[in-house]
Amino acid sequence: MLGWELPPHNSGGLGVACYHMARAIASRGVSIDFVLPYTAHHPDTEFMTIHGATKLDPINRNGLLSAYTGEVWADHEDGDEDESDMTNIRGVQRRYVKYVDRLVRRGKRPDAIHAHDWLTMEAGIRAKQLTNAPLIVHVHATEFDRSGEERGNPIIHEIEYQGLMMADRIIAVSGITKGIIVHKYGIPADKVEVVHNAIDLASMGSYEYDRRTYRYLEDLKKEGYTVVGTVTRFTVQKGLTHLVRAAARASEKYDKLVFLFAGDGEQRDELIQLSAELGISDKIFFTGFVRGRQWRDAYNVSDVFVMSSVSEPFGLTALEAAHHNSALIISRQSGVGEVLQSILRYDFWDIDRLADQLVGIATSPALADSLRDDVRREYARLSWHDVAAKCERIYSAMKQGVPA
Amino acid sequence: MSVDKRGITLYLHVHQPWRVRHYTVFDTAEAHDYFDEPDHHSDRNNRKIMEKVAAKSYRPMNALLEKLLHRYPDFRLSLSISGVFIEQALEWAPDVIESFQRLVATGRVEIVAETYYHSLAFFYSRDEFERQVELHRQKIREVFGVETRVFRNTELAYNDELAKWADKQGFDGILAEGWDPILEWRSPNYVYRPSGTERIRLLLKNYRLSDDLAFRFGNRDWSEYPLQADTYDHWMRDAFGHDSPLVNLFMDYETFGEHQWEDTGIFDFMEHFVATWLRDDTHTFYTVSEAIKSSEPAGDISMPDTVTWADTERDLTAWLGNAMQHEIMRHLYALEHDVLHSGDVGLIGDWRRLQTSDHVYYMCTKYFNDGDVHAYFSPYESPYEAFLNYMNALRDVRYRVLDYRRGDTHG
Repeated sequence: MLGWELPPHNSGGLGVACYHMARAIASRGVSIDFVLPYTAHHPDTEFMTIHGATKLDPINRNGLLSAYTGEVWADHEDGDEDESDMTNIRGVQRRYVKYVDRLVRRGKRPDAIHAHDWLTMEAGIRAKQLTNAPLIVHVHATEFDRSGEERGNPIIHEIEYQGLMMADRIIAVSGITKGIIVHKYGIPADKVEVVHNAIDLASMGSYEYDRRTYRYLEDLKKEGYTVVGTVTRFTVQKGLTHLVRAAARASEKYDKLVFLFAGDGEQRDELIQLSAELGISDKIFFTGFVRGRQWRDAYNVSDVFVMSSVSEPFGLTALEAAHHNSALIISRQSGVGEVLQSILRYDFWDIDRLADQLVGIATSPALADSLRDDVRREYARLSWHDVAAKCERIYSAMKQGVPA
Repeated sequence: MSVDKRGITLYLHVHQPWRVRHYTVFDTAEAHDYFDEPDHHSDRNNRKIMEKVAAKSYRPMNALLEKLLHRYPDFRLSLSISGVFIEQALEWAPDVIESFQRLVATGRVEIVAETYYHSLAFFYSRDEFERQVELHRQKIREVFGVETRVFRNTELAYNDELAKWADKQGFDGILAEGWDPILEWRSPNYVYRPSGTERIRLLLKNYRLSDDLAFRFGNRDWSEYPLQADTYDHWMRDAFGHDSPLVNLFMDYETFGEHQWEDTGIFDFMEHFVATWLRDDTHTFYTVSEAIKSSEPAGDISMPDTVTWADTERDLTAWLGNAMQHEIMRHLYALEHDVLHSGDVGLIGDWRRLQTSDHVYYMCTKYFNDGDVHAYFSPYESPYEAFLNYMNALRDVRYRVLDYRRGDTHG
């Protein structure tokens, strides 16, 4: 299995999904070699063998970029980078490919190659060429998702296109993602299977919610305010400017709404400025990057969770919010909406609709309670074991289809 | 007990609600046109629905019924037609009302009493309930020139208290579901007397034979598909057994052409079945008033708890089963006094149109999150959206009420 991150060294949902998927697949008796681009300690990973492709620290694995951006090297000519230049993500990727090359040549011939996202696709293709094992490309996000309403990086598009073409089978994390793979990359629909992500309830653990973390918000709640939260990276993909505009629109009709924007990212200053322009600075709380208690408690303090994404392949945070008893409002452009019924939906650009839904929940306890209670029954049914069973079925089908 | 004739009581329920348009918080206190969906493609567009169902169901079925009435002197049926249906049909399909008038003019089609607004008012306000029954009585008199003698409550929601009320009001009969846990060893195919009443009679729906048409007829996975008139005639004879005087087939009128499309063969089936059944001299059809006089009551039936014709539970949980539905009803009927006190005919009418049971039905979550999304038809994206939309409209009603109150204080 070829991945780019695992908890606790993850910068987003990709690492979480890979971890739980691998663990559930391993529990079915499948032996997994998991290749990472960095070297670090990962607790609770005895069920598989982890390989570090470089000696880099986790935080440096992308040449100081996160797993989710590729913009910084966009003005380079691709191919300029030296594989020894590890300050650049392409350099790290080349080392990663080389490591995988050596790994399979040393006799680790896999029955299947399971590669997650564009970052590992080139390594997946190389492993397939060397071993003739089937390549399964698992798409958690495409460059179209990451770039929001903008165009994205052409080099990443090209790598994704090659990976999707070379794959024997493609797993998409939602119907939305499958649609992008089919329509934007021209891949035949019958080559793509949708396997929705799940949530691991045990890992959510049990802990005491600490009301002091967001004490000011808790005080407002006592005065009858409704807290609307979002926990995300502040990038164009997440549609947060629309959420800020909807917040202003909703506040025209109902005063007792406050908004918690938990996270950080390149759009932060723009969002702060926009909320000032709209005259709702006092209603929006920016936390900065949150981890641990601040992260968990951001879900806890929120009565309503909004996923405002312009393009969200899945959206695990919505399930985490459901687990923490929030009512969910999810953009139609978010894949997680495909596995939930007890939610309100809107198109990411439809700020009036979102505002209507926000006011509706804030002013109708019965609606808020019904959404919270009903979605709790739903998300708990989503299991990584079902995901693992589907992956294993795909491995077996591929193995039989490949000539000996 | 022996009877000379065996009669089928065919009773069809005709209804269309005034669906609430996409109505947001930005409309509240601004626009009062709750029922005018501008999007002609939306299933909330009442005109579109009326025109569609008129073409698929009301026109072809009434033509068939007229033909059958003309051809067979023994063919009879009963209809309940909600006031809100009549309003919409008069506006967008007046010929449909004329064809119903021709049916009633034969003297062999009886109109059944109900609430004008197809509401659940009986369970919230006895006064409002009685006003709506009276409004319906007047509307039927005005449009069809007949008096109603037999009562059915919305969704066939029935209990002993309702029967006592109808008895006191002077109705001759009342309709209910023939539900096994209530009937136990008894058959629905007799006339009964509701417990604690004097002269009123109870007719019970034979749900097996009714649902064969209403729900199963067009289902290709059904072992009996496609159902033939001869087969159904055999089942009917079996249901009568040796001494049953009647079998009550109660269903939505829209079964014919809308729930079961024409291509299922439902119209041809009906034509053939009526012919097959009436081939035997001892067979006939009854109106509901004739049915209750066909024989003496076989016994008393008591239903202390409310029984409806819906779902496997046969209770009110499709309408009053979750917190959203209860909240709606609480707010809705809390406005009663102030709305009526305003004297504003438009406001009163809007408030009453919002009482139609379909609105809370759209908010039913019973099977919604079990993945069986299509268990309940709704013109809204989800029960939650239905609630949100409706609540915005109901708040506007409250806003209008407050406007009158302010007027009272100042003037």
